[in-house]
Amino acid sequence: MEDRSGATRKLMSGNEACAEGAIAGGCRFFFGYPITPQNAIPEYMAEHLPEVGGVYVQAESEVAATYMMLGAAAAGTIPMTSSSSPGISLMQEGLSYMLGCELPCVVVNMVRGGPGLGNIAPSQSDYWLATRGAGHGDGRCLTFAPYSVQELHDWSAEAFQVAARYRLPVMILGDAVLAQMMEPVRLRPRGEAMSLDREWAVGGGLKGRERRIVNSLWVVPEVMEQVNLRMKARFDQAEAEMVRFEEVGDEEPEMLVVAYGSMARVAETAIGWAADEGIRARLLRPISLVPFPYAAIRVWAERVRLVLVLELSLGQMVEDVRLAVEGRCPVEFYGRAGGPLITPEDTLSVILSMAGVRRML
Amino acid sequence: MLDDLDLTEYEPVYTRPESFTDTIMRYCPGCTHGLAHRLVAEVLDELGVRERTVCIASVGCSVYTYEYFNCDCVQAAHGRAPAVATGVKRVRPDSVVFTYQGDGDLASIGLAEVVHAAARAENITVIFVNNAVFGMTQGQMAPTTLPGQVTTTTPRGRSREEGGYTLRVCELLSQVEGVAYLARRVLTSPGRVRAAKNALRLAFEAQLEGAGFSLVELLSACPTWWHMTWREAFDWIDQTMTRYFPPGEFVNWRGCGQAKE
Repeated sequence: MEDRSGATRKLMSGNEACAEGAIAGGCRFFFGYPITPQNAIPEYMAEHLPEVGGVYVQAESEVAATYMMLGAAAAGTIPMTSSSSPGISLMQEGLSYMLGCELPCVVVNMVRGGPGLGNIAPSQSDYWLATRGAGHGDGRCLTFAPYSVQELHDWSAEAFQVAARYRLPVMILGDAVLAQMMEPVRLRPRGEAMSLDREWAVGGGLKGRERRIVNSLWVVPEVMEQVNLRMKARFDQAEAEMVRFEEVGDEEPEMLVVAYGSMARVAETAIGWAADEGIRARLLRPISLVPFPYAAIRVWAERVRLVLVLELSLGQMVEDVRLAVEGRCPVEFYGRAGGPLITPEDTLSVILSMAGVRRML
Repeated sequence: MLDDLDLTEYEPVYTRPESFTDTIMRYCPGCTHGLAHRLVAEVLDELGVRERTVCIASVGCSVYTYEYFNCDCVQAAHGRAPAVATGVKRVRPDSVVFTYQGDGDLASIGLAEVVHAAARAENITVIFVNNAVFGMTQGQMAPTTLPGQVTTTTPRGRSREEGGYTLRVCELLSQVEGVAYLARRVLTSPGRVRAAKNALRLAFEAQLEGAGFSLVELLSACPTWWHMTWREAFDWIDQTMTRYFPPGEFVNWRGCGQAKE
C-alpha cells in the first residue's frame, strides 16, 4: 500500500526488508548459502533478483560464497552475501583476501547464539568478530547495526554506496530478532544496478587499457605495507565521515546507557520507564560500530555519574565504550549470552539498581 | 655472437605468444609448468581471445601465474580459484575465464570448489597440473600422490595406513553432469604435447560455445621433489604415473568422449 507521501509501505520481515533494500541499493549479484535465521534473504534474492536482471548463485559453502564475491568484485560490481554467526566465521578468510585485494562487498550477519553450533536465538556475541574481524591481517570491515526492520532496509541499500566509496567490505550486523520480526517498511524504489566501470575491474576487454591484476600477494614487505597504508587511509576517511549514532532520553542525564541493535530497542523502552521512577537516563545508540562513536560517548562521560552498557553478550562493545570513556566515570555492564533476550523489565531493574535505587516491592 | 646476427634475414617461425608477458618464469629446471603455460598461451592467441580473457591464479608453484599471462588476472586463495572464476564469469559473461591450479590446490583444499563449479556447469575452463606432490612447500604428500610414493610426509611410502588412497580427479568429475569437456594429457613427447594442446583448445572452445565446465589435467614433472633428473622424471610419468592416471578424453560435449589416447 501507499502512504500519504506516495511511498510504498509493506509489512515485511527484517530478512525480506534487508534483501529488498539491497536490490534498491543497486545489488545485482548475490552469493548465498543457507543458515538459520537468515534464510529468507537468499530466498528473496533467488526469487526477485532476476526481475532486475540480477544473478543469484547458491554457493557450496560460505567459504565459496565469499570467493565468488571476490571474483564478482574483481569484475567491478559490489557483490553481496548474507549468513549467520558460524557461516560468518567461515567467511573471515575470504574477507581478509578481499581487504588484501582492496575489493568492496556487502555482508549481512544475522547473529545467533554461540560459540560453536550454538542455537538460532538472537545474540550480539559477534561484536568482536564484526568489528575486529575480517580474518587475518590489519584490515577491518565497516560495520553498521540497524535496530528496526526499516533501518535494515535503509542500511542494506546504503551499504553499497559506502562499500564503493571506501573500497572496503561493509557488514550489516543484525540478529535473530531483527531478522525475523515483521514491521511496516517504507520501501525505497529499486535503483539502477551498480556500475561495473571501476579502476580495478577485470574483464570487459583490454581495448584502450593495460591489463589489470587483482592480487593480495606482495612478497616485498615495504610494498605490502603500502597496501596496508592505502587501506588505512580509506578507513580513516570512513572514520571521519561515517560515524552514525542516535540519542534519546533525558537532556541532563545522570546515567548514559549505551546499547545497539535489538538491545537498544529494549533499552529505549526501559529508560522511558526509568524516567517515571525519577531516574534521568539517556540512551546513546551506536549505529556505526566501525567507525565507533568514541567522541560522542566521551563528551557524555564528562557529564554523567555512570555509563551503563547493555549487550546480548558477556561484554564485547563495553571495551569500546571504556576506550571512549577513558576513566572519566565508572562504566558498568549488564548482558546475557547464548540467546536469551533481556526484557524491558530486566533492563529497568538493572538501571534502577545501577542508579542506587532499591525498588520498594 | 648473437648480437652480430642480422635477424632481418630470418623469418621467425617460433616466437613468444602474445598471451605471454616477457617475465622470466620462476620454475625449476625440468618442471613442465612452463610448457603447460606456453600451450595455454598459444591456444589463447590462436582463438583470438586474449583481450577478453581473465586468468585466475591459485596457490602453489604456479602462484605467480598472473605475472606470466598477458591478460587480466585475479589471484585466488588456496583452492578457491573455481569460486573466484564463478564470480568473474557471472558478472562478465563475455569474458573467457580460466583457472590454473596444481593438485594440492585443486584436489586437496579446493576439491569442493571444483566439483561444485562443475556441477553448476559454470562456463569456465580449469587447467589442472598434477605432479603428485605439493611442490612449492617442498614435496609433501598430495591427494594425487601414488601408492608407495615417498614424500616428505610419507617417508615410508604412501599406504592405506599412512596417507590413504590416491584421488583421481578426472574419474571423479566424469560422473558430474555439467562437465562439457574433460581430458587428461601428458607432456612427455612432442606428439603428446600436441595432444595436450588440442585438449586445451577443445576445453576453451567448450567455454566459448557455452557448453559448460571444462577441465584438462596435465601430468607434470617435478624433478626437484621427486629427486630425479628430468629424464628420470619423464620416464616415471610414462611408466608409473600414467598407469594410475591413464591419459584420455573422459567427456566431450561434441559426442566423442571416452576415447582413450
